[in-house]
Amino acid sequence: MADTSEIQAELATIVEEVAGVPASTVQPDKEFISDLDVDSLSMVEIVVAAEEKFGVRIPDDEVKNLRTVGDAVAYIQSAQAA
Amino acid sequence: MSTTRVLVTGIGATSPLGGDAPSTWSALLAGQSGVDTLKHEWADDLPSQIGAEVAVEPTDVLDRVKARRLDRSSQLALVAALEAWTDAGLDDAELDPERVAVAMASGIGGVQTLLANYDQLIQKGPRRVSPLAIPMLMPNGPAASIGLAVSAKAGVHTPVSACASGNEAIALGIDLIRWGRADVVAVGGTEAAVHALPMAAFGQMRALSQRNAEPQRASRPWDRGRDGFVLGEGAAVLVLESEAHATARNARVYAEAAGAGVTADSHDIAQPDPAGLGATRAMTIALREAGLDPADLVHINAHATSTPQGDVAEALAVRTALGDAVDRVVVTSTKSMTGHLLGAAGALESLATVLALHHRVVPPTINLEDPEDVGLDIATDQRELAAGQIAAMNNSFGFGGHNVAVAFTSV
Repeated sequence: MADTSEIQAELATIVEEVAGVPASTVQPDKEFISDLDVDSLSMVEIVVAAEEKFGVRIPDDEVKNLRTVGDAVAYIQSAQAA
Repeated sequence: MSTTRVLVTGIGATSPLGGDAPSTWSALLAGQSGVDTLKHEWADDLPSQIGAEVAVEPTDVLDRVKARRLDRSSQLALVAALEAWTDAGLDDAELDPERVAVAMASGIGGVQTLLANYDQLIQKGPRRVSPLAIPMLMPNGPAASIGLAVSAKAGVHTPVSACASGNEAIALGIDLIRWGRADVVAVGGTEAAVHALPMAAFGQMRALSQRNAEPQRASRPWDRGRDGFVLGEGAAVLVLESEAHATARNARVYAEAAGAGVTADSHDIAQPDPAGLGATRAMTIALREAGLDPADLVHINAHATSTPQGDVAEALAVRTALGDAVDRVVVTSTKSMTGHLLGAAGALESLATVLALHHRVVPPTINLEDPEDVGLDIATDQRELAAGQIAAMNNSFGFGGHNVAVAFTSV
């Protein structure tokens, strides 16, 4: 179990690795597609990496609701708690 | 078929001898070997533990995020293509994308991506397979990557004919310009198959050299001690351009890609026709298409992989195709230094053929210490070529019975 800031930091590292944007710009209000240059295949990569990193399952139906970094952090935290 | 002249206006390569075309060419002239002991754990159990890996890692050159979305074969292709494009002066030229095409070959395609993702599938399950696996492993991935980089909209093609693939791409590029379908075509080949599975599989065919103790001496075409080819990797790209387009922008011209001959043996899936008839016809057709007589030829860059049968069969085919004119032709094998780049071999060796005409010097064949009597004048040192109008040819043959000869002339 990780707190919000830990999840945020580790997710930022994943996004930097996949999409090449600096981790420091991966802030909660940023949208993956319009702000962080993440395309649909990169989004799948991020989801797969996050599942492995955080030990959660993020179903495809949920992914479309994860518009911003903050959405993803909140989902991962709740999934870990479940 | 029109008689539009097709000119070579740019070259690029990344090879076991260097990270670009100039360093590769210098090493070829110096007779350096790019073969070494493979320092991968997986090589320890293989009969052949030597290979010719690229001198410069493509990930050291390409943007990191771009590179991680590309199979190694596409990475190498992109490095060579960007060099060729810049070399041709096309990186800041105003081109009509609908007149720009790509013909980039590969023998095997994205095999490293395929196998790495299979490992993920078996070890971690289907959700761990990369969503990029398909665009990375598809054999047209390298061509498509180049097409994106140079904005090619006239068509992006991937001829696949095993070890003849690179030359077949060049033949297609010549055709595309003569058919009027494009003015500029990036042509070439790429291969990145130095991996346990291809190495084991070629080993099972008894095709690879096992001279593990002397890697630099393992690739030795026409030498009586040859015992198979050495697997290499890399990519090479030529920019082909119609004469009208090249002239209009005052392009520097290395040589003319004058004609090609493409034939099939229809004899056996792996063995060449022992009489070399398909190879002979490829050379004869290339000369005819180029408007050349055998007597016009001064140089052949042979396929010559260092296998016991192949080198002899090719020599017979060359002698049959050229007749008495063979005595005036200096022959060399690039593979004595680079190993066998499979689908990139024809491209790299055509590049060497073009530079031999341009600089009027033929690189040596190394390791030819106890030559088999094959009736060819094989260069064992650098050999100067004559002044004036001269012509040269590059041969490539592939499993499946594919034969492709490309004829180039000086300008």
